[in-house]
Amino acid sequence: MTDNDAVLSVRDLSVYYGEFRAIKNISLSFQANRVTALIGPSGCGKSTLLRCLNRMNDLVPQARVEGEVVYSQQDIYDPQIDPAQVRLHIGMVFQKPNPFPKSIFDNVAFGLKINGLTNNIDEAVEKSLRSAALWDEVKDRLNENAMTLSGGQQQRLCIARTLAVEPEIILMDEPASALDPIGTLAIESLMRDLTEKYTIVVVTHNMQQAARVSDETAFLMMDEDRAGYLVESGKTDNIFQNPKDERTEAYITGRFG
Amino acid sequence: MIGKHFEEKYDLAPHSRGRRVSRRVKSIIFYLLLLIAISLSLTGLLSLIVEIGREGLPWLSWHFLTEFPSRFAEKAGMKSAIMGTVWVISFTALIIIPVGIGAAFYLEEYAKKNLLSKIIEVNISNLAGVPSIVYGLLGLSVFVYYMGLGRSVLAGALTLSLLVLPVVIVVSREAIRTVPESHKQAAYALGANRFQVVYKVILPQAIAGIMTGTILALSRAIGEAAPMIAISALVYLTFVPTSPLDRFSVMPIQIFNWISRPQDDFRGLAAAGIIVLLITLVIMNALAIYIRNRTQVRLEE
Repeated sequence: MTDNDAVLSVRDLSVYYGEFRAIKNISLSFQANRVTALIGPSGCGKSTLLRCLNRMNDLVPQARVEGEVVYSQQDIYDPQIDPAQVRLHIGMVFQKPNPFPKSIFDNVAFGLKINGLTNNIDEAVEKSLRSAALWDEVKDRLNENAMTLSGGQQQRLCIARTLAVEPEIILMDEPASALDPIGTLAIESLMRDLTEKYTIVVVTHNMQQAARVSDETAFLMMDEDRAGYLVESGKTDNIFQNPKDERTEAYITGRFG
Repeated sequence: MIGKHFEEKYDLAPHSRGRRVSRRVKSIIFYLLLLIAISLSLTGLLSLIVEIGREGLPWLSWHFLTEFPSRFAEKAGMKSAIMGTVWVISFTALIIIPVGIGAAFYLEEYAKKNLLSKIIEVNISNLAGVPSIVYGLLGLSVFVYYMGLGRSVLAGALTLSLLVLPVVIVVSREAIRTVPESHKQAAYALGANRFQVVYKVILPQAIAGIMTGTILALSRAIGEAAPMIAISALVYLTFVPTSPLDRFSVMPIQIFNWISRPQDDFRGLAAAGIIVLLITLVIMNALAIYIRNRTQVRLEE
């Protein structure tokens, strides 16, 4: 992995929750227009790492970060940086679909409205819904409450909502884990399509999913002090077929985790 | 296999006959106890309403609502008390809605969770239990004398606001807490700042709960007599307040005054006043329930 194409680089990152160190000394780069999967056993800090990439972890009380996360030549943890601005460029999709209890249209338009991007709002909403492969299913009922959609549709709506503010990077925290197989398939093929314009970082528990959707994979583990650390990262094919580290091989072949 | 395990764990086999019967007897006894408890409280309320109705209904008339108090029972009405209540409660609402909601949002979304916020929390709950006469005396010394507002509508409204604010804050915080964390996170992830999350995500979802609590708090304020007596609202007022600094009367005080008179007729007037007060409270509580039910339906959709 060369650092040249990296849109986002994590440098020597450690995260603490109060006294407890959740991840330690992780350095990792994310390549443009690629899907990077973060895999590893439960509690190894995958989600914590993901949430640090757009400062969502700031919202956790007592969370503290050491090290740098560099996006477009700037450390996003620089005190002068407004976390809300970071999140405009680096969006996030959550584990459980979490649409607002508003209409489908208002859900997608939410990010545009709060950021004052109200020109051509109809067009922007349609474009986002099309990009999220949801337009054909909802175009006749944009004013219905988003809660009437199925779980899979809700998750694609959440993706459309994220796309609407035109981020460069999309973080996904086990985006398909609450969905049925059909919904999962739709999300996975959507992720592949989105790499045309976006960079995706996805946390997943599902090895097959990581193998199917990602170009790059980073494998994390937990130390004896329960702090997560990076074991190895690289092209997904290499990680899954020729892992350099025997712990990676043991995890991927299902011997633990 | 799962079934077998389940049966072992929870022992679904039928109990012996003796145990079944004794369980049934216990359940009937418990049911009867509950029935007695509810009948006692309902009987109390019912007899109160019947007695009030019997005494007060003959005195209830349009004239009663539109006339000022008088030395002569047949001429007396509660116009000034009704209008005084409207004035005082309107100003109370104007004060408690912004202050109560603001305090609730501060405590839930802005305040750091430390010792100070703990102390504030405990004290808000404590304040809700302070006797209302204490608030009346506080209002008398602070608003009436120290701030020089006199025995005015404004002083009364401020006193009642202090009295019901703890309730409004507690209820508003409950309503704010029902908004799922995931909705706030979604908004933050879209680049919202804290104010936008509060204003665009939390408030729309919590507003119904907040309004329900506020209306219930106001209906409590309407019925309060003690703090109004403490700040010496008038009982014999032959004009309607025209500004917040005018003197005023309220319904509970008017009722209190009529009851303390020796003549039977005035007791009838008091009963009629109670009926008016009760109807007002029933309407306000019904409104609160209506708002609550309507939002429940919307959330279930």
